[in-house]
Amino acid sequence: MSGEMVLNWTLTRATARRVLAQLRHDPRTIVMMLAVPTVLMILLRYVLDNPLALDRLAPVYIGVFPFVIMFIVAAITTQRERARGTLERLMAMPLGKLDLLAGYAIAFGLFACVQVGVALVISLTWLGVALPGSAVPMAVIAVLDAILGMSLGLFASAFARSEFQAVQFMPAFVLPQALLCGLVVARADMTPVLRWLSDVLPLSYAVDAMQRISASASWTAAIGADIAIILAFTAAALVGGALTLRRQSR
Amino acid sequence: MTGTDPVVRADGLVVRRGGHTILDELTFAIAPGQVTGLLGPSGCGKTTLMRTLVGVQEVTAGQVTVLGLPAGHPKLRDRVGYSTQEPAIYPDLTLNENLRYFGTVLGLRRDRLRAAIAKTVADLDLTGLENRLVGTFSGGQLARAGLAVALLGTPDLLVLDEPTVGLDPVLRHDLWAMFHRLADAGASLVISSHVMDEAARCDYLLFMREGRFLTEAPPAQILRQTGAPDLETAFLRLATGSSEISARQQEAGKR
Repeated sequence: MSGEMVLNWTLTRATARRVLAQLRHDPRTIVMMLAVPTVLMILLRYVLDNPLALDRLAPVYIGVFPFVIMFIVAAITTQRERARGTLERLMAMPLGKLDLLAGYAIAFGLFACVQVGVALVISLTWLGVALPGSAVPMAVIAVLDAILGMSLGLFASAFARSEFQAVQFMPAFVLPQALLCGLVVARADMTPVLRWLSDVLPLSYAVDAMQRISASASWTAAIGADIAIILAFTAAALVGGALTLRRQSR
Repeated sequence: MTGTDPVVRADGLVVRRGGHTILDELTFAIAPGQVTGLLGPSGCGKTTLMRTLVGVQEVTAGQVTVLGLPAGHPKLRDRVGYSTQEPAIYPDLTLNENLRYFGTVLGLRRDRLRAAIAKTVADLDLTGLENRLVGTFSGGQLARAGLAVALLGTPDLLVLDEPTVGLDPVLRHDLWAMFHRLADAGASLVISSHVMDEAARCDYLLFMREGRFLTEAPPAQILRQTGAPDLETAFLRLATGSSEISARQQEAGKR
């Protein structure tokens, strides 16, 4: 049978609707997912207390916060699906692995749009962040970053045996990337080994794209290259997630 | 495939996990249109055997054919209904949302989906609970909700792992009546239990212990063979008989 690597749109959409319905029944999680990036942006504004620094750093953090939140939400949601037995049930049913993962990607992607939208609107209005150009490319990249975080979370959850381990993956997978992505020290100033590490980690490109977009009013080829790399990492993580989803247990 | 071919055929089925032999060279066939009971103490391999039939357990050696295809074949995924011991269902969705999602995955659409949900909800006495979150269900309601998912697609083979645990006697009675109605309508059911009073309700029994079958036969025949007054005693006689034999074999091996 083919079908394992071909998307069934009806099943993908049904899965996305199911994931969104689960979120809808959990208003507290919705509020947290929507509010946390924005609250962090407000915090950043007052911690920096310097409009010039804020203009430079705000876009980067608008990319990083949803990335981190989506990573952990996706890792825990899939881990739960394993622990509850619903994953095994689905794997015994005519649902493709990609249908499941793409369904998750769409549901969380839609959620990321709202999440990024709220953070961006508050940042540009109340917090007074000034951009050299339009906010649209920045919003697009921030959503792509969130989807990247979600895909990596889906992939990482394959290696978690419990929800507790899945939570630990946040510091284990995400914090090293946060240190190496150019937020703390510019990537150009790193020693060769760290620079090389930074080059193979996905978050580096997410931050890179945000830095470029906040520095230039127009679209550049380098931004396009960053986006291509972000999309490639996302696709690789989703395919990796599909490969590590096993229909049979040993 | 004709109506008399076995729905399940296993040949030298072995499952080993972490150095332990869970299923030890099982060879058997399950006839169609019957309620087959898989009975034995917990930990004897019932769940592993059922997971093998459904195709979610990797087989170490041997072959398992289900409805004429290798177990776990993609074409079987909407023909075999499976319900796990712990109800695998989303607690953060309503019953209706759960059934709609699983029904869609099983290939049901619109009117057929609505009809299948209505019928399953009525069959399992879940009427009135459709719009409640499954997480708020009692143990018995949860078990029935899990069962509902397995029944949704009107499968040819139903594999139910301890479906009646913790249910009240009236409901248990009703469910067994429903299992037989399904079998009369042509479905085949494999139902596990560790409660011997349920064994008598099956058309055919597989008595299982430590990864092997002690015997397989209709209940009446098992009673006749063992001369036991009830199936519980029959199981005990068969189990002690087999452990005496294996003790004797060990003795012989030492000599």
